[in-house]
Amino acid sequence: MALWLTQLFNGLSVSSILLLIALGLAITFGLMRVINMAHGEFIMIGAYAAYLMQKIFQDSLPGSWFGAYFPLAIVFSFVLAFTIGYLLETTLIRFLYGRPLDSLLATWGVGLVLQQLARSIFGAPNVGVTSPSWLDGGLRVMTGVVFPYKRLFIIGLVILCLLAMYFYIYRSNPGRRMQAVMQNRDMAACLGISTRRVDSTTFAIGSGIAGIAGCALTLIGPIGPTIGTNYIIDAFMVVVLGGVGKLAGTLVGALGIGMLNMLFEWWTTASLGKVLVFLCIVAFLQWKPMGLFAVRSRSLD
Amino acid sequence: MSTTQSTSVLSCEKVTVAFDGFKAVQEMDLTILPGELRFLIGPNGAGKTTMLDVICGKVKPVGGKVVFNGRHGAVDVTKRKEHAIAELGIGRKFQTPSIFSGLTVEENLEISMSQKRGVFAALRAKMSKFDRMRIETELDLIGLQAKKRQRAGLLSHGEKQWLEIGMMLLQEPEILLLDEPVAGMTDKETEKTGELLKQIVRKRTVVVVEHDMEFVRRFASSVTVMHEGKLLKEGSMDEVQRDDRVAEVYLGRRRDADVIGSTA
Amino acid sequence: MNAWNAMLSAISLPRGKLWLLAGYGAALAVLLTAPLYLSDFRLNILAKCLAFAIAALGLDLLWGYTGILSLGHGVFFGLGGYAMAMHLKLVASGDRLPDFMDWTGVTKLPWFWEPFRYAGFAILMGIVIPSVLALILGFFTFRNRIKGVYFTILTQALVIITVTLFVGQQKYTGGTNGLTGYAELFGVPLRNAGMKNALYFATVAALLAAFLLCRYLVKSRLGKVLRAIRDGENRVRFLGFDPSVYQMAAFAVSAGLAGLAGMLFVLHVGIISPSMMAIVPSVEMVLWVAIGGRGTLVGAVIGAIVINEAKSGLSESFPDIWTFFLGALFILVTVFLPGGLVGLFRQASQRFRRREPAHEHDAIDVSPVLREGNRSV
Repeated sequence: MALWLTQLFNGLSVSSILLLIALGLAITFGLMRVINMAHGEFIMIGAYAAYLMQKIFQDSLPGSWFGAYFPLAIVFSFVLAFTIGYLLETTLIRFLYGRPLDSLLATWGVGLVLQQLARSIFGAPNVGVTSPSWLDGGLRVMTGVVFPYKRLFIIGLVILCLLAMYFYIYRSNPGRRMQAVMQNRDMAACLGISTRRVDSTTFAIGSGIAGIAGCALTLIGPIGPTIGTNYIIDAFMVVVLGGVGKLAGTLVGALGIGMLNMLFEWWTTASLGKVLVFLCIVAFLQWKPMGLFAVRSRSLD
Repeated sequence: MSTTQSTSVLSCEKVTVAFDGFKAVQEMDLTILPGELRFLIGPNGAGKTTMLDVICGKVKPVGGKVVFNGRHGAVDVTKRKEHAIAELGIGRKFQTPSIFSGLTVEENLEISMSQKRGVFAALRAKMSKFDRMRIETELDLIGLQAKKRQRAGLLSHGEKQWLEIGMMLLQEPEILLLDEPVAGMTDKETEKTGELLKQIVRKRTVVVVEHDMEFVRRFASSVTVMHEGKLLKEGSMDEVQRDDRVAEVYLGRRRDADVIGSTA
Repeated sequence: MNAWNAMLSAISLPRGKLWLLAGYGAALAVLLTAPLYLSDFRLNILAKCLAFAIAALGLDLLWGYTGILSLGHGVFFGLGGYAMAMHLKLVASGDRLPDFMDWTGVTKLPWFWEPFRYAGFAILMGIVIPSVLALILGFFTFRNRIKGVYFTILTQALVIITVTLFVGQQKYTGGTNGLTGYAELFGVPLRNAGMKNALYFATVAALLAAFLLCRYLVKSRLGKVLRAIRDGENRVRFLGFDPSVYQMAAFAVSAGLAGLAGMLFVLHVGIISPSMMAIVPSVEMVLWVAIGGRGTLVGAVIGAIVINEAKSGLSESFPDIWTFFLGALFILVTVFLPGGLVGLFRQASQRFRRREPAHEHDAIDVSPVLREGNRSV
């Protein structure tokens, strides 16, 4: 029982990070039909942003302030990833709209360059980020079951992001414009929505969220230039599983993959677990080839 | 019921189609006799195109059946996949020209020819003298002889439509489903398409979805009017035009009403 | 060369064709005489590039002609490589167990290793295993119309799980280190100079055979159907073809060629490890095809050779720059040069001649993949 609880909790915290990463992917793919393979590198950017913030506090500010660095790091991660995402969209991505496979290759190239850049600046080995002391320890649920505060914090952060996204997409004006463009780009353009601006803002927000995910990852372990690649494929699987265009699909997809990963790796070995998860996904696609929440269309191709 | 089934080439019974709860077609019956030219008309959203989609397998209905009585006997096509339905002898032309833009005109026709369609058959396939003759004849008919080695993607809109009609003819279906074959065409192109259609109609059963009433009037042997996913009226063009309910449906939509009313 | 040209003009081919044939002839002549003027080291690199070119051909058949992008070809390449490596390892170990099995405490040779004692079986499996795996994956995806980026993402996942599996099952696969330390093939030591030349010529022959096979496929009606599937998969259905069967066939042939390439690679390089079938090598293969020009076959060969020669030059001295270069190349090619080197060459020669229309080869449509009005989900 205790073991079960701990495992379930770990699965939940993995799922929540996956969700944060997949959110940006699903939105950019749904909106622009662009597959952003460099998405993982925005995680890396966010992680290094947190690392930088921590370094600034350690090196040049009084030690008693150190605990305050993390909230600032979250904001900084978002802003940095958002800005770089915005730049990437305006300089490259917008030439690749509606060409999913080409965008995939070009952004893969971008990812490669960003990784190498990080390697040149911060060095190839992983670096550790000291988390603030107020996140040490954990919540004792019952004998033998402790929920670490770090992971609880991550789950809380994800819920917060999710709520913010929900209000942005479904309740705010820019969000409504985004939905309009997603559903019918030409019509939205005719109605006077600047699709260019919606595209770049949305892409940047997706990147920013990935940055937050990267920041959260610094709580779990050391970070390195290739940290993004460890998560990106799983995040893509979430999109495949959940379908495109609905927040709920991404949520269910992330929970599904995170939990399956946890369960299979627990029951078998890490390597066999991955195989089983993959087989589960392929099997699921036999039943729902377009993912959980597919939108039907009448066009031929 | 059994008598219509034995003589009809296609009979749809109580076909219902739903898209995310919205019923695009409701309990629609449609019976087509061999050699018939049937027009399917109705206001936008009446479910005409959806009906064609059901017959050719693109859309699976939630209820009802579609029995095709071709050279392979009576078959309920709602259980079959698209390619199997095409193989049975049901041909479909889509509203927007859908040709293979990376292939030449000639190649488009070559792969459309009625033939064995397995992987190994395609690997071994050779152009016989007869095949070449068929393609040449078709090229003359659709007037693309001079452009046969050009990439089909470079053709004009009208030329693409004709190429697709040519592809349909080489496919030799027993029944041909056409979705607005003259939409977006200039008057001259419409004229030529009309001529092509006359050739097609001579040899096989054809179902046409059309908005252009002038065009319908020139051909119509029999007309089926659909409205909000249901059958509204079936009969000759004259009968349909005299029908009050049809007039009412069309009066709600001014432009169509003008067209239909001008000869009534 | 003159005699060759004279002969060609005697059978009165059109001039464009003649130049093309002369070009192919010259390229083949260069490859066949390479052992005469290249050092052993350079020849080995060239042989490796030629092996890669075989994989590139297969990928072009799948991506350039059928429109299916696989980022998982490293797996098929690797499976071919492992099949050959298992044989070489067993031969090198003689009566004893392969060394890594000793270290990991395996006492008896696993049953699936046993038949790899026979070179014939190993070579056969190097092609059959990748093809069958591709058929299985294709069956479960294409039949359900999982295509485009969805398929591509699944192939990437295939890479991840295969690499994890090969690293994790160390006692059967040698783990991260892979399989190395070979001695001989068909009883001849691999270090033997004659053997090296023989392997080189075998690779040239395999490349030629692969090229002719692909050419035969794309020129047949099958090839036209594949291109039709690339242009409009659903439309092909309504002509009565089942696209999934064709896609599976293309995928299997493509995977088989990657397997063949992997086998030859192992013979030239002397090692296979999970890192050689990971994400980066898999995606790099796609770049070879993109650089050369997809949908042209010859472009795939040129791309594979050019990039890998450049890589062996650059990456040995400046590994960092190579990664930047690789990334930049991806961006530049997809945005500015969708037709690749062959496309560039064709544009140039067309400007030069301005006569023949562009249909001659199977130029790819570089317009946006999704048609207008179809961008919404």
